Amino acid sequence: MTFAEPNSAATQSLLDPAFLKALRSQMLAFARLQLNDDQLAEDAVQEALAGALKNAEAFNRQAALKTWVFAILKNKITDALRQRYRDQEHVLAEEEACKNGEALDDELFNQKGHWHAEERPQAWNAPQKMVHDRQFWAVFDACLNHLPEKQARVFMMREFLELTSDEICDSASLTVSNLHVLLYRARLQLRECLENNWFAGTASGTTGVS
Amino acid sequence: MMMNCREATRLMSEGQDRKLTLSENVELKFHLMMCKGCRNFSDQMGSLRSLMKEYARPADAEDPSKPGSDSGDSHSNPK
Repeated sequence: MTFAEPNSAATQSLLDPAFLKALRSQMLAFARLQLNDDQLAEDAVQEALAGALKNAEAFNRQAALKTWVFAILKNKITDALRQRYRDQEHVLAEEEACKNGEALDDELFNQKGHWHAEERPQAWNAPQKMVHDRQFWAVFDACLNHLPEKQARVFMMREFLELTSDEICDSASLTVSNLHVLLYRARLQLRECLENNWFAGTASGTTGVS
Repeated sequence: MMMNCREATRLMSEGQDRKLTLSENVELKFHLMMCKGCRNFSDQMGSLRSLMKEYARPADAEDPSKPGSDSGDSHSNPK
């Protein structure tokens, strides 16, 4: 493949095998987490990279190129998710919301709906400082991966792809109240997981997630 | 009838996705005044959102610690 301006830094970046390999694996990690399907993830990443190569000359900084490549990837993932939801029955979401929710409910709240003493949320120590801690992100990743599939998907659509409730309901064939239940469960569980595995006790403790 | 923690946490989550009504807000505030656990939960809803923003932000060279950043992490193996 030839480029009009081979001297563009971004073009050079995409032609650099080490950079390309690293970028590709980062993109794959993102895509897999959301699509939960290796083949679909590969396809989305491939398409996003192909699109990026076509227009790489427009970017003269590596960081700008990355931002843009990930923006393309987000779109591809959104499309893939829409397609998938269109193809499948949405009854599953309601089942999962109920089944999973009740178990978690009993674990966290007593019969009056108040926190069990040992489950009461503790104050988190400086969560904004954690963004520089690689171990924290390993725990965060593991907690995200532990969410039930449907919860994880709508949570990522809401918080990662930053779609509105209406957009998610539309593409995932969910009612708004159903979506809110799924998002609530996801947040309850993610919060619980982060507190148990990171914020409680020693910050640099185990990375094992239960 | 007083709101319990289950209802309060559900409302706090929904507050991330829609505007709560005035009466929902009033009841929630009232519950939060008396419940430290739910006050922590409330702060953490905000923390989760900003952590997700950080997680979603494509990596750049300035911050090597994030997942998917330049100098590699558990996912990438650039060498």
